[in-house]
Amino acid sequence: MANNKKMKKTTRSNLLMFGFVIVFWAVIQVVSLTGHMTSKLNGLLIPVCAYIIMAISLNLVVGFLGELSLGHAAFMSAGAFAGIFFYTTVGATLPKAAALVISFILGGAAAGLFGILVGVPVLRLSGDYLAIVTLASGEILKNVLSALYIGKDSTGIHFSLKDQFSLGLKPDGKMLIKGAMGIPGIQKFSNFTVGVILILITLAFIVNLKNSRAGRAITAIRDDEIAARATGLNLTHYKLLAFVSAAVFAGIAGVLYALNYSTLVADKFDYNLSINVLVMVVLGGMGNIFGGMIAAILLTILPEMLRGFSQYRMFIYSIVLIVMMLFNQAPALVAWRQRLVSKVKGEDRKAEEKVETADASYFEEMKSKSNEKTGNEESVKEEK
Amino acid sequence: MALLEVTNLGISFGGLQAVAGFDMTIEKGHLYGLIGPNGAGKTTAFNMLTGMYAPSEGNIRLDGVDITGKSPEFICKSGVARTFQNIRLFKAMTVLDNVKVGMHNRVEYNVWHGIFRDRVFREKEHDMNKKAMNLLKVFGLDERAEYAASQLPYGEQRKLEICRALASDPKLLLLDEPAAGMNPNETQELMETVRKVRDDFGIAILLIEHDMKFVMGICEDITVLEYGRIIAHGDAETVSNDPRVIAAYLGGDDD
Repeated sequence: MANNKKMKKTTRSNLLMFGFVIVFWAVIQVVSLTGHMTSKLNGLLIPVCAYIIMAISLNLVVGFLGELSLGHAAFMSAGAFAGIFFYTTVGATLPKAAALVISFILGGAAAGLFGILVGVPVLRLSGDYLAIVTLASGEILKNVLSALYIGKDSTGIHFSLKDQFSLGLKPDGKMLIKGAMGIPGIQKFSNFTVGVILILITLAFIVNLKNSRAGRAITAIRDDEIAARATGLNLTHYKLLAFVSAAVFAGIAGVLYALNYSTLVADKFDYNLSINVLVMVVLGGMGNIFGGMIAAILLTILPEMLRGFSQYRMFIYSIVLIVMMLFNQAPALVAWRQRLVSKVKGEDRKAEEKVETADASYFEEMKSKSNEKTGNEESVKEEK
Repeated sequence: MALLEVTNLGISFGGLQAVAGFDMTIEKGHLYGLIGPNGAGKTTAFNMLTGMYAPSEGNIRLDGVDITGKSPEFICKSGVARTFQNIRLFKAMTVLDNVKVGMHNRVEYNVWHGIFRDRVFREKEHDMNKKAMNLLKVFGLDERAEYAASQLPYGEQRKLEICRALASDPKLLLLDEPAAGMNPNETQELMETVRKVRDDFGIAILLIEHDMKFVMGICEDITVLEYGRIIAHGDAETVSNDPRVIAAYLGGDDD
């Protein structure tokens, strides 16, 4: 019986998240159909979607697995380069829809592979090694991609890590990846609906994963590694599962993000981006997917909205971060928010109160029981 | 054939021989006690039996299969479950989920069933919930199923840990000081629970305990360790009258 109640509760909060994404989509549709959309906001829609996917996926690693990853942008980068490379080369000859779908899949796969490459050696260790290695691997990938030159001519495909001329392209050759200049001439594709669909897929995958056998194993490892091993869980297996799944979705987000621009450069996916996504996850509450989504929206739009403040921009940004953090975590504010919510709900409040009093009576009972046992009655008598 | 046969088990950390020449035979459906002064090597012996430490010498056979130095995961799957001296629950997870993690290797379905929430997933989860609730009922924890494990009072956390260990469907249950920190009434209650678990589940139980009343009350066979070596072995009466045991606990003349 209690179990049914729980199922209802988790499904309700899941439905709330899916509902939120759909309402978000509907509101934007209405706004843009009625012509109220500014071009500035319009340009932010796809990055917002990409960041939401990044925040949801990083939550799997940071919130549920309890490992610190400081290189989530690297997976975004790996996915973006793989997906866009395909999109601008082979994809150009395919129907657009097919090219897009394959690009997203390839992007996810490439990021997943990179995730395995990073994760396999590191996740066997326990401790903070993952933070160090992800940080470093992000920088390494960024620098390698910045030095990567690929060109194509009638004799085939050439690549170099030195410069454009060492490719030795024939006059009919064409540069595909131009080192620090990245991949040029992307046929832009920014469709908010596609972004929202990708968010929903990510959400469904990660929420369902979390609420399954594997998800329980992942959170168990977070709570106590030693007990998890003694309970027969294969730590490396589940750590990798969480880490690589997160990488795959970061890769997909990378493709989505890159399709919004006409050129793709590796410099975009630097340390700052990783930290930004981490800030979203932490602000939203680690392990709280919904909070992470809200934080992703606010923290993507906010810096753009603050452009008017010119040099005070980052100052105001950091104040907003602190206020958000207090709003989410400060005990007094949390209590105030809960009161507000229960006031709004009305009927639910009664139910909650009932539970609360039930809890209270339970603990009182426990207390009196243990008092009896330890023979504290004497002290009670003395008081009388 | 005995359920667990341990022969000449030993481990040394650097120059320190923590346990040596540890022999033990455990039969199905019996209650065993492992006692000894602090630092005698009881928990170390447990850690070797469950694969947390790889023994430097000796042999452990479970149901005739050699499990010496295997990983904790493997040993848990083979049917040895344990609790810890300092409670190790999955604190942020619910009581029910703690037990369901315990069932991890008993009710299996792969990741994709979970992601698509298909029929296999629903059936297995339903199955697990039912089993877990039944198990919680044995310990009187079913009303607390939706609480976070850390919200439970101490005594119930101990019970939940035993419950989680039982969820892995073990042949042998190792309890590391199950009565630690409990008052006499709770200890009494726990004694009955342990006995009940042995009878209802038909498994063997080996427990470490400092509460002599507890050990003497329920264990049919007691092994006494001191300085990593077995100094006495037998039923409660034999052990409690053994001069070496008395000396170990009360301090005696070295005559």
